[in-house]
Amino acid sequence: MSVAPAEVQRPETDQDAVLDSPWVTIVWNDPVNLMSYVTYVFRTVFGYAKPKAEKLMLDVHHKGKAVVSSGAREAMERDAETLHGYGLWATVSHDS
Amino acid sequence: MAGFRGAGRGATARFAAGEAAIIRSLVSQVAELVGGGAELAETGSGDASPGDSARPGLADEAPGADRDGADRDGPAGDRAAADDLAAQLGLTDDSELPADPILARLLPDAYADDPQASGEFRRYTELSLRSGKVAAAQTVLATLPAHGGRVRLSEPEAQAWLRALNDVRLSLGVILSVTDDFEDQLAGMPEDDPRAAYVGVYQWLAALQDSLVGALS
Repeated sequence: MSVAPAEVQRPETDQDAVLDSPWVTIVWNDPVNLMSYVTYVFRTVFGYAKPKAEKLMLDVHHKGKAVVSSGAREAMERDAETLHGYGLWATVSHDS
Repeated sequence: MAGFRGAGRGATARFAAGEAAIIRSLVSQVAELVGGGAELAETGSGDASPGDSARPGLADEAPGADRDGADRDGPAGDRAAADDLAAQLGLTDDSELPADPILARLLPDAYADDPQASGEFRRYTELSLRSGKVAAAQTVLATLPAHGGRVRLSEPEAQAWLRALNDVRLSLGVILSVTDDFEDQLAGMPEDDPRAAYVGVYQWLAALQDSLVGALS
């Protein structure tokens, strides 16, 4: 049992989602996939705007990998499956 | 090579007969490998011109190729019924990374350091992943005339082409052992290197795929 706090702050949903479900989808660098294609896939699969998709693509290219989505484990597995369908090398990871 | 250009929400391109034959052959081979050899129905545009021995072949050239699926031929009795049920549920018995290096690249593990979780993921997703790749290949075969000519693709068809071309390039990448400094390696590759036959096709397909991305963007 616990006592409700006197002051309740409205949680920020985005923060909540990250705290509750610290799972991520990671895309790994691959020497075959075209930079233009990877950017296109990020825009198509996640609906990311071009600047965000390009930044993620460059992170993958230069840093070797990038977190492309976060949320519940089941959602991350769906993302990974979708990305495998596009031929990207994606894995699911517990972001701890 | 002119490549694709945008047309409405889709894309269009013109292919010479030889170009169409190469694409159809490679896409068919990847689909046969991914589909276990049984699921690919040649539809639409006629024969894929088999018999050109000079054309690069995928399945028989893959280093360490181990034909997946041979052990699943001719299941009998309860086993067959169980397999049918599993197929209806979208489950597979496969829970390990394929031994064939091309299949391992096309059907990768979903967990970098958790074989058990990867196996479970594979069991629930691999069949639909495989059939999705076969379907993309079939879209290419259905929209690309065997003897070349003008191709007009809707947006969904163009996306299937992107995925199928990418699977072919990933497969060639395995055969060619493509690494980040591949361009540098090419400069030093002797003409009699057995990989040389693939290099031109690999680079041509990269330009073709890039033009299709550009046409859709």
